[in-house]
Amino acid sequence: MAECHPVAFQWVMEARRRGTKVIHVDPRFTRTSALADRHVPIRAGADIVFLGALIHHVLSGGHDFREYVVAYTNAATILREDYADTEDLDGLFSGWDPGEHGYDPKTWHYQGGPETRRHPPESGARHAEVGGAHQYGSGGPVVHHHGERDETLEHPRCVYQVLKRHFARYTPELVEEVCGVPLEAFAEVADAVVANSRRDRTTAWVYSVGWTQHTVGVQYIRTASILQLLLGNMGRPGGGILALRGHASIQGSTDIPTLFDLLPGYLPMPNAYDHGDIGSYLADAAGTTGFWGNKRSYLVSLLKAWWGEAAREDNEFCFEYLPRLTGDHGSYATVMGQIDGTVKGYFVVGENPAVGSSGGKAQRLGLAALDWLVVRDMTLVETATFWKDGPELETGELATESIGTEVFFLPAASHVEKAGSFTNTQRLLQWRHKALDPPGDCRSDLWFFHRLGLLVRDRLRGSTLQRDRPLLDLTWDYPSEDGEEPSPEAVLKEINGTGPDGKALSAYTELQPDGSTSAGCWIYTGCYAGDSNRTARREPWRDPVVRDGEPAAMVAPDWGWAWPANRRILYNRASADPEGRPWSERKRLIWWDAASGTWSGGDVPDFERRKPPDYTPAEGATAQDALSGVDPFIMQTDGKGWLFAPTGLVDGPLPAHYEPAESPYPNPLYGQRANPARQRFERPENPANPPETPVYPYVLTTYRLTEHHTAGGMSRPLSYLSELQPEPFAEISPELAAEAGVRNGEWVTVLTSRTAVEARALVTRRLRPLRVMGRVVHQVGMPYHWGWGGDGLVTGDAANDLLPIVLDPNVHIQESKAVTCALFPGRRPRGAELLDLVERHRRAAAPAPIGDPPVWKEERT
Amino acid sequence: MTTATPATGSASRMGFFTDTSVCIGCKACEVACKEWNDVPADGLDWFGTSYDNTGELGASTWRHVAFIEQQVPSPVGPDGDGGGDGDATRWLMSSDVCKHCTHAGCLDVCPTGALFRTEFDTVVVQSDVCNGCGYCVSACPYGVIDRRADDGRAWKCTMCYDRMRGGLEPACAKACPTDSIQFGPLDELLERAGSRVTELHEAGTPEARLYGADPSDGVGGAGAFFLLLDEPETYGLPPDPVVPTRYLGASWRWAGAAAAAMLAVTAAAFTGARR
Repeated sequence: MAECHPVAFQWVMEARRRGTKVIHVDPRFTRTSALADRHVPIRAGADIVFLGALIHHVLSGGHDFREYVVAYTNAATILREDYADTEDLDGLFSGWDPGEHGYDPKTWHYQGGPETRRHPPESGARHAEVGGAHQYGSGGPVVHHHGERDETLEHPRCVYQVLKRHFARYTPELVEEVCGVPLEAFAEVADAVVANSRRDRTTAWVYSVGWTQHTVGVQYIRTASILQLLLGNMGRPGGGILALRGHASIQGSTDIPTLFDLLPGYLPMPNAYDHGDIGSYLADAAGTTGFWGNKRSYLVSLLKAWWGEAAREDNEFCFEYLPRLTGDHGSYATVMGQIDGTVKGYFVVGENPAVGSSGGKAQRLGLAALDWLVVRDMTLVETATFWKDGPELETGELATESIGTEVFFLPAASHVEKAGSFTNTQRLLQWRHKALDPPGDCRSDLWFFHRLGLLVRDRLRGSTLQRDRPLLDLTWDYPSEDGEEPSPEAVLKEINGTGPDGKALSAYTELQPDGSTSAGCWIYTGCYAGDSNRTARREPWRDPVVRDGEPAAMVAPDWGWAWPANRRILYNRASADPEGRPWSERKRLIWWDAASGTWSGGDVPDFERRKPPDYTPAEGATAQDALSGVDPFIMQTDGKGWLFAPTGLVDGPLPAHYEPAESPYPNPLYGQRANPARQRFERPENPANPPETPVYPYVLTTYRLTEHHTAGGMSRPLSYLSELQPEPFAEISPELAAEAGVRNGEWVTVLTSRTAVEARALVTRRLRPLRVMGRVVHQVGMPYHWGWGGDGLVTGDAANDLLPIVLDPNVHIQESKAVTCALFPGRRPRGAELLDLVERHRRAAAPAPIGDPPVWKEERT
Repeated sequence: MTTATPATGSASRMGFFTDTSVCIGCKACEVACKEWNDVPADGLDWFGTSYDNTGELGASTWRHVAFIEQQVPSPVGPDGDGGGDGDATRWLMSSDVCKHCTHAGCLDVCPTGALFRTEFDTVVVQSDVCNGCGYCVSACPYGVIDRRADDGRAWKCTMCYDRMRGGLEPACAKACPTDSIQFGPLDELLERAGSRVTELHEAGTPEARLYGADPSDGVGGAGAFFLLLDEPETYGLPPDPVVPTRYLGASWRWAGAAAAAMLAVTAAAFTGARR
């Protein structure tokens, strides 16, 4: 966190000064470790064992926050009789379909839950491909709200007991064996977490997105969620799981997504198999209970924002204009499509995938196979210059004269050269004012895409083709102060949404299903309430004083605006006990005020203000009316925190430890070695290191440094940053240095089955060998900021070229934090000799061991 | 986050307190300093010394973050009592800067008056007056001030004199995310630093100590002082800096006495010869 989020880390320092204990679990000793009370080195890729053992510690020691767990989680819910666990099936859950190469999640449902219709997009690999997990929005799929429960938690098939059995073998001894973490270090962490949780205290887990970059990335976060729910650390001040996003406003680009399988506000993108009309889309995916029960209002308002007058009740508000998913259209699948010739054109905006993405060679081969490529960036990044200076020219794999891609480089304005909003990691929207004009031909993204839309529509004018209607009918009439740049406030107001009178709406609860309201992103409704830009507010928090008899804010409600509804802590109903009283004076946030009959407190209550704690829903109630007064997780269909995910995930209802796709070790827990549902691309452009091979004996992890920004496009062209970290280096322990025969500062070559890169050896005790499963494992750490050229003042081999393309099946994120490699002294060979070197090692490596299910191959039509 | 008192001629002495115990080594101070003061880049060389590729203070480096990797006893032993295997890692980070000494050697030796003491009691070089003689370089006991190879003139931290005159804090302090670099009236900083040392001692960090805060030291106390977690030498700081001009008066007195004695001897010789 100190490395990649130094500005946010000031609050950790502040907390520490006030007595907070800070523990840092990381394969490497980083700047964060330097300022933590305790650094716990761990083998990369073994986190579920570590977290699972904390869960085991909580459950076996009776440390869970029982009142919270019984009332607010699904611990008491009874599962079906035919559910089988990884403990029963040696690493698989029930429902594994070797033919489909994926799971049928039917048996994971609650007892008495709905029978899932079985058709391809509902399960298996194809389900994952079309973003099946997202079909349920952020709230998960429909579950039976009134499932059978045993609040004594003793029923052998209740979630609590299932959890206990599932994690029974995740012991401190296993942590020592698999993670390389000594017993005493683990005990210190376990004691600290328990001592700082439950009624009077809370513990927060903070992760940077490296935690997601595993073939079990989603399950990492799930494991932390289970632990936090068991300890009562969700929806309460000082608790939670805090995801630090990798760039400014990456949270914003998830809310109003650049992801292929989401529409704004976590509405799923419809797929071509099931969502022919609006009815099937809403029936198939919407929960009928919880706040997702109002999905029609959110969707119709979005369609009205996009297609305005053209969106009418009689044409389903132009629902047919939305594109439909036919498979995985994520970034890596797109690259494979480029190589295969099915993707002809590509926009790359503010990104440098030729250097930053996993398996850089595949990226560049894809770019070279395009008809056209548009790169918008502040400097000439390698993605725009690969055709004249890419590493494949040196090896002879590509030649400039045979690359047919027409490359357009369009210079972009920086964040200080344009106004707009950033949405940060805590869902806080903050307005940015423009400081100066962009130089030369640089333009904002808003200007560019608005202008592009105008030009395309101009070319289509007069077209009578139905396929052109979505573009021609778009609302594309933004006011402009200077006649050039569309007003970003007008865009924000469109996102916020307006009512029939054209005035900005103030809350998403005002959205209507009949087309009378519009909103570009329902969760942002309220950010422009009262036709005032609330994201531009800069009133800091002041000491709490009671004003006009109202409890004072415990947050800073007038600094920016947080979605949804300016709530700063999500699901904060859980900060009060079932009767509505704060769990403790020390941790109070919101509470039920019986006198006024409302929820009140120091934050905006994340609950219907007038729903009393003793409210019980009537039979047949829908949407929020179906949630009782003790159901704090209001976006879930059952209002409960899910210790067990009855559906919504494609790789299992509970996290289980699988080794990374590339690992020097077998799985000591199960016969199933790696995540069986992981998404693979078995292709010549993407060779894999076989597991447990002495050819690639070390664990490699790549990462960022404070001094640079991702693939370097914003830092390598700057002398003040380049001089601080001018060259690629590989951090290795003195023991590995001795084993490899290198000294500090000398060149080393790091090699995988993809390629070999060279870097300087930085020999440091901050990397230390770990004892795992009876033998020592060395870890190699490489920052990935450098590339061969672009506009960079400093150059170097791109470390992420070493990585494989193998993905988490839920969200299609690559496994870049734990792979295997070889390392030897000296610089790498040049030209064709480099290919020979890589090929020799590939041949020497043993073939993949048996035991994995067969690989699902992409269907081509 | 204190702002400087506007220059009224009666400003109190302003200074830096660099609390290295909260430095996260982000180097924002180095970059902010260069941006504000238009200091040129200082070479794209990789040093292989932890994360430090800056090396030392110089004409084109007015803030320098040192990174020191150490092996220390493990915080947790088998009994959880601190009796570990002596093999835990400690990574010290510290942002060094010109000390703005009470008795500034650079200022004392400057023959052109390019170096002067400001109304904030800081020491600043006027680049349009400096003739590049370099006397100041050898007069600095910390090795801070330095000449640029291209134009020969001497450069160092000005404590952002221009910003202070405008009522702003120096760029490095402004950019520091953890308040490791604090700026303000020196007496207030000294008081705050004293409490911080006590706080750290009570929290089980007995090695915390101040450096440059003692007015009886060899430079008469520094205007930029530090809280360190180890010996000064560990950070590349001289343990007992003495301004070389400290004995200037005494040496002139000795020289005068010697000359007088010589004269007396000579006179005596002539007087004696007449006998």
